[in-house]
Amino acid sequence: MNGTRTMMDFLEEPLPGVGTYEDFNTIDWVREKSRDRDRHREITNRSKESTWALLHSVSDAFSGWLLMLLIGLLAGSLAGLIDISAHWMTDLKEGVCLAGFWFNHEHCCWKSNTTFTDRDKCPEWKSWSQLILGHGEGAFAYILNYLMYVIWALMFSLLAVLLVKGFAPYACGSGIPEIKTILSGFIIRGYLGKWTLVIKTITLVLAVSSGLSLGKEGPLVHVACCCGNILCHLFTKYRKNEAKRREVLSAAAAAGVSVAFGAPIGGVLFSLEEVSYYFPLKTLWRSFFAALVAAFTLRSINPFGNSRLVLFYVEFHMPWHLLELVPFILLGIFGGLWGAFFIRSNIAWCRRRKTTRLGKYPVLEVLVVTAITAVLAFPNEYTRMSTSELISELFNDCGILDSSKLCEYVNDFNSTKGDDLPDRAAGPGVYTAMWQLALALVMKVFITIFTFGMKVPSGLFIPSMAVGAIAGRLLGVAVEQLAFYHHDWAIFSGWCSQGADCITPGLYAMVGAAACLGGVTRMTVSLVVIMFELTGGLEYIVPLMAAAMTSKWVADAIGREGIYDAHIRLNGYPFLEAKEEFSHKTRAMDVMRPRKNDPPLTVITQDAMTVEDVEAIVSSTTYSGYPVVVSRASQRLVGFVLRRDLIISIENARKKQDGILRSILDLSPFTVTDETPMEIVVDIFRKLGLRQCLVTHNGKLLGIITKKDVLKHIAQMANQDPDSILFN
Amino acid sequence: MAARGARLCSLLLLAALAGLGTEAKNSEDVRCKCICPPYKDHSGHIYNKNVSQKDCDCLHVVEPMPVPGPDVEAYCLRCECKYEERSSVTIKVTIIIYLSILGLLLLYMVYLTLVEPILKRRLLGHSQLIQSDEDIGDHQPFANAHDVLARSRSRANVLNKVEYAQQRWKLQVQEQRKSVFDRHVVLS
Repeated sequence: MNGTRTMMDFLEEPLPGVGTYEDFNTIDWVREKSRDRDRHREITNRSKESTWALLHSVSDAFSGWLLMLLIGLLAGSLAGLIDISAHWMTDLKEGVCLAGFWFNHEHCCWKSNTTFTDRDKCPEWKSWSQLILGHGEGAFAYILNYLMYVIWALMFSLLAVLLVKGFAPYACGSGIPEIKTILSGFIIRGYLGKWTLVIKTITLVLAVSSGLSLGKEGPLVHVACCCGNILCHLFTKYRKNEAKRREVLSAAAAAGVSVAFGAPIGGVLFSLEEVSYYFPLKTLWRSFFAALVAAFTLRSINPFGNSRLVLFYVEFHMPWHLLELVPFILLGIFGGLWGAFFIRSNIAWCRRRKTTRLGKYPVLEVLVVTAITAVLAFPNEYTRMSTSELISELFNDCGILDSSKLCEYVNDFNSTKGDDLPDRAAGPGVYTAMWQLALALVMKVFITIFTFGMKVPSGLFIPSMAVGAIAGRLLGVAVEQLAFYHHDWAIFSGWCSQGADCITPGLYAMVGAAACLGGVTRMTVSLVVIMFELTGGLEYIVPLMAAAMTSKWVADAIGREGIYDAHIRLNGYPFLEAKEEFSHKTRAMDVMRPRKNDPPLTVITQDAMTVEDVEAIVSSTTYSGYPVVVSRASQRLVGFVLRRDLIISIENARKKQDGILRSILDLSPFTVTDETPMEIVVDIFRKLGLRQCLVTHNGKLLGIITKKDVLKHIAQMANQDPDSILFN
Repeated sequence: MAARGARLCSLLLLAALAGLGTEAKNSEDVRCKCICPPYKDHSGHIYNKNVSQKDCDCLHVVEPMPVPGPDVEAYCLRCECKYEERSSVTIKVTIIIYLSILGLLLLYMVYLTLVEPILKRRLLGHSQLIQSDEDIGDHQPFANAHDVLARSRSRANVLNKVEYAQQRWKLQVQEQRKSVFDRHVVLS
């Protein structure tokens, strides 16, 4: 033990394995950042020596941008693959294209002339009953189509869950709660690995195509972060440093949302608001670059055949009136109520899955839910179509060129106003569509509770937007008919005269979608920006903001957490919430360990311990780190040493007869005094990303506070179960 | 080695997809689509024609014109013509890539669950089967160190390397399966 003889030499080559972390542990942000600064300093110093070293320093500076470019390209390509395959496989449940099996319904009928009223029918596309029986009409054909639909749905979901279970169990679920935890400093080995990437991409397509009530936006964020993690291995700067790697992962998450919605700015804001923990300004610019490259790559692959990025891009620019804010706020309240209801029920169901026998049959669970969804979805045409198509149809404003059931208004052909149709009376088609949509709403509200969190990749954005869009459209059509039939009422007569086009039900659907999404995820800025990037205009910012704010307030009044934070708490991840204030008057001495009746702190003394003594301490206790003091009597603090480093160093000391503590001792651990208020301690943990903090009294070491202790204390103060914090 | 292979595959995939996006247009993949709503007593109609973007308007695409001469302008004002292009080659290649990866994964899964245990039982015999199922426990304090220090040990035989990597991967998947499906610790 030659600790007093030498000082810690940072430039000395560390032992292999020192400085890496074990699985399910928290990283030490301060150490990682200081290592990166040292590395940067060394490269800058060396760059003055030779041209090669100068080139090396320039390439090191550019490596970040090259990495962002590669991440954008890979994320965009994978998103294109997922989009095209999901579109094709969704239509595979209904029929097949004879002009080339790889075409989905829309592309199959691309070349042929379709009729105005029946835009779906063309000779090249054969439904299953047409293929098997030869004709598509009649009860038997309907039953055959029904059966084939259910069989395909079951087959897709069975394949998905078997692949997940067999190859990459981490590929299930949404991924955003775990990515949030990883970005706050937690390590989950394999969560962002190659197999997880491949399986998540493949099974996401299968899960979406099987007709389950889930979306692909959350899993796309996971896919993009996997790309980021894998590409980090190409660059030493990011491979060896966990803190730098998390900067890259923040940018990759932004690229993921950008390709999911076609909204680069919204993606960056989503990464900033929801996913990332530390978001330095440098990351902002790089995230934007990655998001733009990803969106550009996706656009050039052109998955939807007309240079759009997202299926439900809307193009109308109708004005809205201030009085319409009342129904918009109503939609906001609905969104908030639904969000709170969904979070409560989903968490209750997931908790049941975690603790009871339900969790022992994941494959069976997926099959049963798929069967129920498929059997209930087929009869109603609005649940039979894929959810993205449903949202697209609901967002669409009805013009003279539309002939869907939802646009079957009573037309007055004498007006020659072109596309700008006035408000009209609803025809029978609209009434049929209304009650079908109401049934679809009820079904989606309940089935999504059981679908989110299953052992297949499942996202939440699209189902929430669908619920909101249906509710919005129903309300919009109701208001439109009210304005048409009672245009002489005081509230309508001022601005909505007969023959004018004042109410746009498509706008109500959009506002409803934003409200429900905000109620579930509690997003604020990113939600509004994503929605207005989807619509391509700033006209609707005020309604969107009104609805989003209302839904967030209503939902927050019922339950504090969004869906992702609720799942983090359910799983017991060590995530220190950065948004909430700690407002209790406890002090460091109330939280530190050892408490009053515990055995004294296990310390390592600098001088008086031999290798065998240290080994005995390490094998008899399971702490992840030990403070080092001068001597047991004085308890004056020297530094802190981590368990993993200690084990490696002991092995090395046995071989080389060297000192143990020389190169692994951290001489600058963070300390607070025992009278420090816990508000300040929690703030320190949050802002610096500490794992542990030592507590001193009059200069002598008294105890230690770890992140787990802080989390348990917060849980205790909030009257939650402190034993639910599982990890270190 | 597996990492490099996977990296190569992903770079090839993204190069293929990115390259396809900028490929020369197949002449069959462009169209001008004109939707004309019902007018007087003519029903609505949709017209498709393979014309260039500058010719994409009502007069060039709508053939034969259903209304007589003076009404053509009123009819065409209501029609909406859009120029659309797609890349059928991209769609075909993407679907084929996806189906081949899916097929490969399914074959590998069948091999791992059905074929490999049978092969192992025949080749190695029963006693060796027990040996190879030994669990490298991660709970001993020095197991990690061994793992860490043994990383630099090189294996001469390539087949041994593949075998070693596969065993390690299988252990990882087993661990993951235990945390997710059995203990419900991660991902409820």
